[in-house]
Amino acid sequence: MSDRSTATPLAQVSARPPRDPVAVTGIGLLTPAGIGIQASWAGVLAGVSHAATDPNLAGVSADISCKVPGFDPAEMLGRKSARRLDRFVQLALVAAREAVADSGLDPETWDGARVAVVVGCGMGGAATWEEQHRRLIEQGPDRVSAMLIPMLVPNMVAGQLAMDVRAYGPNMVTATACASGATAIGTARELLLAGACDVVVTGGTEAGVTPLSVAGFAQMGALSGRIHDPTHASRPFDVDRDGFVPGEAAGILVLERTRDAEARRAHIHGRIAGYGASADAHHITAPDPKGYGAELAMRSALADAGVDPADVDHVNAHGTSTPLNDVAEARTLRRVLGDGAIVTSTKGVTGHTLGAAGAIEAAFSLLSLRDGVVPPTANLDSLDPEIDIDVVAKAPREAHLEVVMSDSFGFGGQNAVLVLTK
Amino acid sequence: MTVYDKVKDLLVDKFGVPADEVTAEATFEDLDLDSLDLVEFALAAEEEMGVRITDEEAERLVTVQDTVDLLESKGAKV
Repeated sequence: MSDRSTATPLAQVSARPPRDPVAVTGIGLLTPAGIGIQASWAGVLAGVSHAATDPNLAGVSADISCKVPGFDPAEMLGRKSARRLDRFVQLALVAAREAVADSGLDPETWDGARVAVVVGCGMGGAATWEEQHRRLIEQGPDRVSAMLIPMLVPNMVAGQLAMDVRAYGPNMVTATACASGATAIGTARELLLAGACDVVVTGGTEAGVTPLSVAGFAQMGALSGRIHDPTHASRPFDVDRDGFVPGEAAGILVLERTRDAEARRAHIHGRIAGYGASADAHHITAPDPKGYGAELAMRSALADAGVDPADVDHVNAHGTSTPLNDVAEARTLRRVLGDGAIVTSTKGVTGHTLGAAGAIEAAFSLLSLRDGVVPPTANLDSLDPEIDIDVVAKAPREAHLEVVMSDSFGFGGQNAVLVLTK
Repeated sequence: MTVYDKVKDLLVDKFGVPADEVTAEATFEDLDLDSLDLVEFALAAEEEMGVRITDEEAERLVTVQDTVDLLESKGAKV
């Protein structure tokens, strides 16, 4: 059931007053395109998919994934963290250290009571859950690890980051499936604007490429079946797309109120200028074909930023490469923005990194603003004729960019849209 | 191989403790192992040496030598 008769008409959303942008002073990235901001961004600009056959998924019908290449937790975090933290926390920890170092802030001297942590995660410690469940079945309950619960619960990533950087302020994990990373960044901005903290370490992380969860996605029909040609499997907006390729990643940003960042002469990568959140209230997994919820989130984010829809230069789309998402999203983008925005989906390169996606894509949006370039959508050979938006294919496109919108939509119908400016 | 050698191997291989820090007198606190690690250690000892350490016994272990003594008293096989 979906009765919108008493909901706000979308035209009225844009009348809401804008609020202040917040400054992004640090970025950290671990993505299937590489470890660190530079490697990840270079990989995304190259426009080549990083999907490959995944030996850990042997026996699963869709046995391809996008993993972070060369990630060695023991070397990067020490053997104790390698043993006691699930991979989704390990990835976030490395990304957070990069982001905090990049911000120029010093956790040794900052007022930790004023530092918040808000991280998005869709799944939590999926690998730990599966490994310990196997122990339960094969060896009995007395052999289940005492580390199961602390490794498994999704909120542990925020707790662990707090321990790592002495952050005593508000601390939480947001779970809105594939929108989790964007929800976290939007929520982090709310905390800053409300005065609940002065610094937020925020973003998203996911390491859910495990046999059980991938089998679940496969059974839903959400995954690409192009398993014998993995590098061409993730192809957002292409007429031959047939599903997403699951991936893992972490993206962390450091946010501060603009006046605080300017007062300490911090380098400002860009700003989170607006945030819009909504629900489809339509179906457990399918997007609402009429796109009311997605449009509400977009218009709310634009109104929050005080930006006219026609002034959006670039959209880093959700663009999962599923038949349903890409056509529904493209229709909504066309209706809200017109035909002026340059659109890309970086998921062609990274696969769908679930709870990390909204965060790494916010980071890519900031790097697009910085460099005046929109990365290409990997594997976009032939635009779906149902899709009438300007999607970048084949090679990066240079453009003067002032306003970027980043879309994220989760199973469950959760929508989170960020507007980013220079 | 003695029970001490086996305990040292477990601490180094499964718990990432640097080998040169493991001595008979070292406490688990010295080795940066907490109560959750001790539960894990008891499980590993059971798997590797065939003896059961109860939660109550694990709680009383302070040093590496305490652990070796307990395992030897239970007839641990190495």
